[in-house]
Amino acid sequence: MKKILIAFAALAFAGATARAADTLLVTGAGATFPFPLYSKWFSDYNKKHPDLQFNYQSIGSGGGIKQITGKTVDFGASDAPMTDEQMAKASGIIHIPTVLGAVVVTYNAPMQSLKLTPETLSGIFLGKITKWNDPALAKDNAGVKLPDTAITVAHRSDGSGTTNIFTDYLSKVSPEWKEKVGKGTAVKWPVGLGGKGNEGVTGLVKSTPGAIGYVELAYAKQNKLPTSTLKNQEGVFVQPSLEATSEAAAGVEMPADFRVSITNASGKTAYPIAGFTYLLVYKDQGDKAKGEALVNFLWWAIHEGQTSAAPLDYAPLPKPVAAMVEKTLQSMTVQGKPAQLAATR
Amino acid sequence: MPPPADIAANGAALAEPPQRLPAGAHTGDRLWNALLGVFGGAVLLVVGVIVLELVKVSRPVMAVGATRFLLERDWNPVVDSFGALPFIYGTLVTSTLAIVVALPVSVGLALFLSEMGPPRLRPVVSFAIEILAAIPSVVYGLWGLFVLVPWLRSTVEPFLQSTLGFLPLFQGPTIGLGFLAAGLILAVMILPTVSSVTNEVLKTVPASLREGALALGATRWEAIRIAVLPYARPGILGAAILGLGRALGETMAVTMVIGNSPEIHASLFAAGYSLPAVIANEFAETVTDVHTGALAGLALVLFGISLVLNSLARILVQLVSRGPMRGAAQ
Repeated sequence: MKKILIAFAALAFAGATARAADTLLVTGAGATFPFPLYSKWFSDYNKKHPDLQFNYQSIGSGGGIKQITGKTVDFGASDAPMTDEQMAKASGIIHIPTVLGAVVVTYNAPMQSLKLTPETLSGIFLGKITKWNDPALAKDNAGVKLPDTAITVAHRSDGSGTTNIFTDYLSKVSPEWKEKVGKGTAVKWPVGLGGKGNEGVTGLVKSTPGAIGYVELAYAKQNKLPTSTLKNQEGVFVQPSLEATSEAAAGVEMPADFRVSITNASGKTAYPIAGFTYLLVYKDQGDKAKGEALVNFLWWAIHEGQTSAAPLDYAPLPKPVAAMVEKTLQSMTVQGKPAQLAATR
Repeated sequence: MPPPADIAANGAALAEPPQRLPAGAHTGDRLWNALLGVFGGAVLLVVGVIVLELVKVSRPVMAVGATRFLLERDWNPVVDSFGALPFIYGTLVTSTLAIVVALPVSVGLALFLSEMGPPRLRPVVSFAIEILAAIPSVVYGLWGLFVLVPWLRSTVEPFLQSTLGFLPLFQGPTIGLGFLAAGLILAVMILPTVSSVTNEVLKTVPASLREGALALGATRWEAIRIAVLPYARPGILGAAILGLGRALGETMAVTMVIGNSPEIHASLFAAGYSLPAVIANEFAETVTDVHTGALAGLALVLFGISLVLNSLARILVQLVSRGPMRGAAQ
C-alpha cells in the first residue's frame, strides 16, 4: 500500500514538473472592471498558443499598480492612469490602453426618459437639487412628468475606478464640485448612501424610490437598467452606448504615454463620462521568453482581441488610438534589444 | 462563556496541576510538552505579527498624530484627511443596538429550550437556531437590503417617529438604510451565538436549586427568577460579550444596509459607517500610502476595541461570579 502511494506521489510530481517545463506562465493583477474581457482574451490566446498560460488576479486597480511597482507580477492593470507620484516610484512602466468603459446614471423614478446636464447632475450629487420636479430638471425634460418626490443619491462605497471617472467628470464640469469634493477612487460625498460595487449601487437604487446612482455602462446594459441621457460638451444630449464611448477617445488629444482623462470630451456624438482601462508593463522586459510572449499578446489584444470587446459590452479602441498603441508596442524592448513581434515579422 | 465562571467558583477547590515536568520524565512526554509549547507560542506570535504589521503600515497616518486620528470627524481621501471617529461611533452604536435587541430574545429562547418549552418542540427550535447561524452574512445583507430596509422605511420608522419622535434617536428622514437597519440585522446574526451559549449555561444550573425553589412554593417563573437566572448570570454576560464581539467585526451584512456615509448622527434613522465596512470597501483601491495607513489605523482601532471589550468581559464575569450568585449557589 505504501509503495503504491509513493509511486503515485512520484508520478504526480513528475507530471507537475513536466507541465511547468513546457508552458510559460505569465502573471498579472489589477482592475476588476475589464476582468471578464481579459479572461476571455487569456483563454482565446491560450488556445492559439497552448504553451502560454495567463494567471490574472482581479484585486483592484490600486493593488495592480502596487504589484507591478513591486515587480511581483509580469503586468498590472488599472482603470485610472498612474499618478506622477506613483510613476516616480516605478520608472520604466508604460500604459497600454486596451478598451474603454463608460459610467452611466441610473434612477428609480416613474419616468420613461431623463435628460441631465452637467449642471443638474452636479447639482444633484452636491445635494443642491433635492426634488425630482426641481425647475432646473423640468426645464430640460419638457413633456416628461417629473414626480414631486425627494431625490436620494446612491454612490459607490468601495474605492473604484468608476468613482474616479465619475468624479473626474464632475470636477471638470463643476468648479464647485472641484473645490468641495474633488476626484478620486474614494471621495467625501456631500450627500447620499453608499453601496458596494455596481450591484450594491443598483440594489440601493432599485430598493429606494426616488434614488439616483451611477454604474458602469456594461453593468447597466446587462441588467437593463434605465439610464439618463447626458448633455456633452457640444451641447448634444447623448444616450450612453459603446459607439458614443469610443467617440469620446477620438475627441481628445492623445499624449504619447496615454495618461489622459477623456471625460467631457469634445465631439458631437461623444458620451462625456468615459475612460480607458490600461495594462501596465515595463518598457524593457527582463525575462526573454516572458517578455516576447507579453509583447506579442498585447499586439494581439489591440488587433484580434478588439473584436471580442463589443459582445462583452466594452468599447473598442478607436483606430487612431490603436495605431498609436502599435507604435508603443514596437518600441518595447527585451533585455535591451527590440522585442520580436511575430505579427510584424 | 461558562468555563471562566465555573473555574472562578471552583478553582480554589481544585489541586493545581503540575506546571513543570519532573526531572526524570519520559522523552515522549518532553516532546509532547515541547510541541504544545510551540502551538501555544504560535498563537502569540500570530497576534504579535499582525499588530506589528498594522503599526508599520499605519505609520504615515500616525505620524500626523494618533489622538487627532482618533478624534477627527472628517474622512476625505481626496485631501488626505483621515479621522476614525465616525467609524468608531457607527461600530459601537450598531453593536450596542444589536446586543440590546438580541440579549432579551436570546435569554427567552434559551429559557424556552432549557426550561419551559415542550420537549418535542425543543429540538425543532434549536435546529432552526443552528440554521440561522449557518446562513452566510452576505445573504443576511441581501435580505436586509430588499426586505428589512423597505419595511423599516415604509412601516417601522414612520411608526417610531410618530410615537417616540420626541427622542433624538428617532428623528430625521426615514430612508430605511442606517444604524437601525444595521443594528437589527446584527441582532438576528448574533442571536444564535448568544442563545446557544446561554442555553448551555442554563443547563449547568444544578437541578437542586430549581427543585428547592419549587419545593418552597415558587411558581416556575419565580423559580427561574430567583434560582436559575442569578446562578447563570456570569455565563449569560459572557454570552452577550461573545455576541458583541461578533457584531463588532461583522462586515458584509453591515456594509450592505448601513448606508456607508462617514457621519455622526444621534438619530438611528441616519446613515453611518462601521470600522470593518470601510476597511473592506476602500482597501483594494487606495492610491496614497496615507490612505492605506489610515485603513490600517482603523484596523488597529478595531483590534483595540475588541481587546478592551474582552478584558472588560473577563473582569465583569469575575466580579459577578463573586457577587450574589455565590450566595445563591451555596
